[in-house]
This record gives sequence, C-alpha cells and structure tokens, in this order.
Amino acid sequence: MLDDFFIRALIAGLGIAIVTGPLGCFVIWRRLSYFGDTLAHSALLGVTLAYSLEFNIAFSVFIISSLIALILIQLQKRTNLPGDALLGLLAHSSLAVGLVVIGFLTFIRFDIMGLLFGDILAVTVDDLLIIWIGGPLILLILKLIWKPLFASTVNYELAEAEGLNPDRAKAIFTILMAGIIAISIKMVGLLLITGMLIIPAAMARNISSSPQGMVIFSILGGLLSVVLGLFTSLEFNTSSGPSIIAASLFLFILSLLNIKQSIKLKN
Amino acid sequence: MSSNQNILVKLNEAGFRIKDKWLVKGVSLQIEKGQIVTLIGPNGSGKSTTAKIALGIYKKIDGEVKKYTNKVGYVPQKISIDWTLPLRVRDFMVLTENLKDEDINEALSLTGVIQLKNKNLGDLSGGEFQRVLIARAISKKPDLLVLDEPVQGVDFTGEIALYKLIKKITDELNCGILLISHDLHTVMSATDHVVCLNGHVCCSGSPIDVAKNNEYKALFGEQASQILSRYEHRHDHIHTSKGEIKKN
Repeated sequence: MLDDFFIRALIAGLGIAIVTGPLGCFVIWRRLSYFGDTLAHSALLGVTLAYSLEFNIAFSVFIISSLIALILIQLQKRTNLPGDALLGLLAHSSLAVGLVVIGFLTFIRFDIMGLLFGDILAVTVDDLLIIWIGGPLILLILKLIWKPLFASTVNYELAEAEGLNPDRAKAIFTILMAGIIAISIKMVGLLLITGMLIIPAAMARNISSSPQGMVIFSILGGLLSVVLGLFTSLEFNTSSGPSIIAASLFLFILSLLNIKQSIKLKN
Repeated sequence: MSSNQNILVKLNEAGFRIKDKWLVKGVSLQIEKGQIVTLIGPNGSGKSTTAKIALGIYKKIDGEVKKYTNKVGYVPQKISIDWTLPLRVRDFMVLTENLKDEDINEALSLTGVIQLKNKNLGDLSGGEFQRVLIARAISKKPDLLVLDEPVQGVDFTGEIALYKLIKKITDELNCGILLISHDLHTVMSATDHVVCLNGHVCCSGSPIDVAKNNEYKALFGEQASQILSRYEHRHDHIHTSKGEIKKN
C-alpha cells in the first residue's frame, strides 16, 4: 500500500495537519505568523545543508530553524530595531543565502519548485516515519506545556505571578515551531507552511467559542484541506502545497458564510 | 511577630528601576498567613510595582524578595487581554490551575457572576469582568492573594460586599492578602498592617499608627488623616522626579 505515492502523501499530509492544527491556533493567538514565515524561509538553508552534507533534510531544517530562532532572540536583546524588521531581515537574508548556496552546488539537481511549494511525489517511507514519530512527539510536548503557554498567551503577568514559568514554555514552543516546519517542508513547501498553520486555525476561530473548540476545528479543517488538496493535486497535476492551501482557503470562506447565516437566523 | 513558618512573602530593601529612574526603592515588608497588608499612596508611588516585585513578575530587582508559596491568586490593576481569543468565563477560571466544576461555581456565585459562566470574556462590562477576576483569584484557594485595586469599576453596594467577601476569605482560608486600595475607609477598617508608599516606604504600621503619622498626613491631606487621627506634623523631605529623597 505504501508503494503508492498518493497513499504516502495522504498519510504524510494527515499526520502534518493533526500537528499544525493546535500549533496554528497558538500562532494566531500569539500573533506569530511572521515568525513562522521567518523560520520557514530559513529552512531553505537547512535543505541545502542537508544536500551538501548528505544529511537528513528534516533534521537539518530543524537545526537551522532553531538556530535562526536563537539568533532572533539575541538580536531582539541587542538592537533597538522593531520585531517585524528583525523578522524580515532574517527571513529574506536566510532565503537569499540559501539560494546563493544552491547556485554553488551545481553538482546537485535541485527541484526549486518542489522545495518552495511542496511535492507529493517526494514523500518517502522514511518521511512518513519522521512525520508520524515527530508529529505525535510535538503534540505530546505541546500538551505538557499547554497550561503555562496558554495562560501566558492570555496574560503574561498572571501566568508569571501564579508560578507557571511562561518563559520556559515560550522557548519550548519556539522549538516545536522549528519541529513542525522541519517535518512538513517536503510536503507543503517552505513558502506555504505558514499558510498551513494559520488558515485552518483562522477558519476554526470563525466557528468556535472556546480555545479547545478552536483547536479541534483547526485540526479537522487541516485534515479536510489535506484530503481535498491532494485529490485536486492528483486530478489536475498541481503542486501539493498550493492545492492544500487553496482547499483550506475554500474552507475559510465557507466558515465566513456560516457566520453570516447564523446572524441572519438570529435576526 | 509570629513564627517564620507563617511568612508567605518577604521583601527586604527591595526596589525596581528602569535605567536610572526608580519606580520604587527600599521597600521592606512581609505578609503572613491570615494577615491583610495594604499598600496606600498617591498615583505613581510604586504600589503596583511593589506588588509585582512581591509576585516575582519583575526579576531584575534591587534588594531581596523571598516567596515561600506558589499558590498565589493575583488580581492585576490593569489587564490587557486579546479579545480575539475565544475565551469564555469558564475557560478563564481554569487559566492557571485545573479546578473542579463545583469550585468554579462556588467562586463565581460568591462574587455574584455565576450567570456569566458561559459568556465570552470580551462581552463582559468592566465591573462584571472585575468580579470574574476576583472569582478566579479566590477559586484556587491560594495561600497568598494579591489584589491590586480589586473593586475598580464595581458598583457601590458591590464594592462593600466584595470587601466583606475578601475579609471572609482571609479568615476561612487563613491566607495572606496584599491589598492595594484607594478607599481609605476600607483600608483603615479591614487591614492589619498598612504600608504607605511614595517611591519608598513613608511609614508603616497598624492603621491607627499610620493615620497618626506625619508623612501619611502630608501625602493624603487634612481630611484623610482626620479619618482616624488629629495629629499634625510636618513632612520632612521632598521627592525628586528620579525617585530620590531629599531632606528639607
């Protein structure tokens, strides 16, 4: 069964959606979408590193993204530049350096489109293992830090005052973000990973009234987007990443209609 | 003085500054089980800052702070919550600790907002939200309650009821309370120990002692000091904009 590239892509995509659901909620709540973008852009450097050193892609992307997150924290401490400028600086410079390095690696054939937008043909059995071991691990850690992370998202001082150690939770969350980017880069592509994080969660926000509800809807929305997107990708021979993201956009628009209908019903 | 085991938090010459501007300086105080300690002082005198030092929110401080408990309930003076979060009152109640449903209901009933349990937090009025904040802080049955102007925006009858409730809870839970309040009548009637701040500790002691104090009188004026005292003294120092103290 796993010989079929489409089945592999489907299993991989579903595994990713389960993880991006809850992480995406935190990305929205904590306004981290540009932070996610920055980590994702830096992933290209990780990919080139993996190719040139014959390393595992997910692992080297994880290392580079974590490194970029650390550099960001240091820059925030040492300069007076605003956060978004620092994010832009890191995102574009790491993307640029990654592309320059690719130019030097003439002996390797790169599928740039696949890197940027995802490629369902590229998912191997090894990738499935990484997704289905790494994904549940990310979820487990997120569950363990849920309380301090959520409390400090609502109000940092309350969390700190009542002894929840929000700084540690934030640091761990950053590492989890690097983790999800590492395991989903092949499938969704580095330009669209943030979309996978935000759009299902944004859709979920429209139709939920509690944090837990939003997480569940976000996971369901992600799963549905993967199924819809991959079938579209197969049918029309489109890149997997854009197809999945377009499907999630479709669900987001549906969630808006739902709100309008319920307002009409109330009136 | 009771034995050391009763001390919940202790500040020793604690101070906090941003660059070279002191927000508060040289504060020594301790809160024991079953005791209500009140901070009073004019705007900008460092009351909230002192509370945050005691809570461990500010870490780079001068002097020393020792917190002997982690079971803390905090009602901040200002709270900025992102209202785009889907958060109901019941979700907010379990923000820092998992509670049984009956404990949540009890706390919300005590502060008179049980009917709001399933409402979105962003839809509450200022006074309603304040009652939810108090309910959340007491529901976890803390050892130490830090209440920074807890009844702001609450209607007049509610204010009295809530202060009575706070007093009752201290007795029941035998917890210590650090209270910041502008209502001097309440402060003087319900408090065990008053600390009068103005960038530093102007004076401290029992409410009656403080009301007799010259510096208290200088800070709060004739009327306030007449609440409990008719003593008259002169303020012997002035405060600079950097929070330093100059003798006259």
